Amino acid sequence: MNGSVQESTHRAIERVARESYGRLVAYLSSQTRDVASAEDALSNALVAALKAWPGDGVPQNPEAWLLTAARRSFIDLVRRRQVAVASEPTLQLLREEREVMLPAEFPDDRLKLLFVCAHPAIDSSVHTPLMLQTVLGLDAARIGHAFLVSPTTMGQRLVRAKTKIRDGGIQFEVPQERELPQRLDAVLEAIYAAFGIGWDDMAGVDQSGRELAEEAIWLGRVLLQLMPREAEVRGLLALMLHCEARRRARRGPEGRYIPLSEQDSEQWSLPLIEEAERHLAEASSRGRTGRFQLEAAIQSVHAERARSGRTEWGAILLFYEQLIRISPTLGTRTGHAAAVAEAKGSEAGLAVLDAIDLESVSGYQPYWAVRAHLLQRLAMTSEAADAFDRAIGLAEDPAVRQFLLQRRG
Amino acid sequence: MQFALLAYELPEAFAARKSDGTDSYTAAWRAYHKALVESGSYLAGEPLEVPETGTTVRLNEGKRRVQDGPFADTKEQLGGFIIMELPSLDAALDWAARCPTAATGAVEVRPLAPAAKHRIT
Repeated sequence: MNGSVQESTHRAIERVARESYGRLVAYLSSQTRDVASAEDALSNALVAALKAWPGDGVPQNPEAWLLTAARRSFIDLVRRRQVAVASEPTLQLLREEREVMLPAEFPDDRLKLLFVCAHPAIDSSVHTPLMLQTVLGLDAARIGHAFLVSPTTMGQRLVRAKTKIRDGGIQFEVPQERELPQRLDAVLEAIYAAFGIGWDDMAGVDQSGRELAEEAIWLGRVLLQLMPREAEVRGLLALMLHCEARRRARRGPEGRYIPLSEQDSEQWSLPLIEEAERHLAEASSRGRTGRFQLEAAIQSVHAERARSGRTEWGAILLFYEQLIRISPTLGTRTGHAAAVAEAKGSEAGLAVLDAIDLESVSGYQPYWAVRAHLLQRLAMTSEAADAFDRAIGLAEDPAVRQFLLQRRG
Repeated sequence: MQFALLAYELPEAFAARKSDGTDSYTAAWRAYHKALVESGSYLAGEPLEVPETGTTVRLNEGKRRVQDGPFADTKEQLGGFIIMELPSLDAALDWAARCPTAATGAVEVRPLAPAAKHRIT
């Protein structure tokens, strides 16, 4: 067999795996609640595909092929692990399997799987890792790397969560109308956390960071496809796209960090900005505002600089004032202070920072960076140097550290 | 829980100690140290002299074997340690990631072993 056929088959498998992984895991596990076995079965099926497809050619319906192979493997796995741990739905599946032929079309249960991953009974620190693994197929080592824990630890956390899903009575279902907003928030938060980690993780320099941000956008698109009428889903996607649009502009030569205000807007990606704007407009036409739409709106004002050459800080401040009412996080409050400083002067901005409880910011780097910046503008040199030191000492990204060291002087 | 953060540095990092203190590595350490102390979790920490000043002792069949230099001949050498009181390994890893040495050398995080100490005290 020649190399290029093999290569194109590998690419085909990668493509199918990427597009179908979550659908297949969701389908297999929604019937049995056994996520771990579903994943194992699917990875066996992918190994089988790697063996069979280069010789036999890529099947006409690769997803159905994988599903057949995965089901067969799933049944083997459960039989081997034996019935002591198998749940009633699993046994039911085993019984049915003998008679039932494969459905040509199978339902897309990814939405249920996303809600399971972000279920309130699952520790919230595992929500994002679970999604990355079950819906996208990322391995524990890569997820652990992104979350700054060892692969073993991440693996154990994921196993514990999956055991809880299987044995804890967590239902694979889309929540009822009444609890939907809150449950959806948890899903959105988890996706945004993946994006934030990819973003902070030396964005633009570190390949794994960039990929994680892309994975998060992919998850956002999947969610939008499944819930096209939810305004906040569009808001989240718009927010991520706006940030993604600036990726190239965030780094100068030799990986130098460039803050938003100094970025060359010609380096921003117009197609991504336009896509973000479309989602944001569609979201606001639905009339229910929310945290992600507001954050996207702030980024949208920043993006406007590409056209007008200036930043409307007054508009940004208005959005921050709304945002702080519904989501008074440290990040929002720090951003609010920065917007106040730009719109009303550094002293006013500093007063907003002063109102934040000092205990809560002792480890929060952006607070110290904004504070240092404002103190420096007010020519309070020694206080500024102090705040710079805190910001530098808490920075993880060497480029940000370098940038702050230079600013500190 | 108490953790040790062990900073393993490259020769270039040790060389920076001879500078006038305005280089970015030293400035980053100065800021990091300040953040450590301000966090309230810092218990102790010391830099070690450069590896070439190390002397390693073994007793082989009752005979002293003294070797010039550090115990292990590796590119990165232990350059100092920090002891912190922290709620979890995750918190310790966060502090390790912020350490300027993490970007150039490596920072190992190890829990202290109070039980082992208890056995001998």
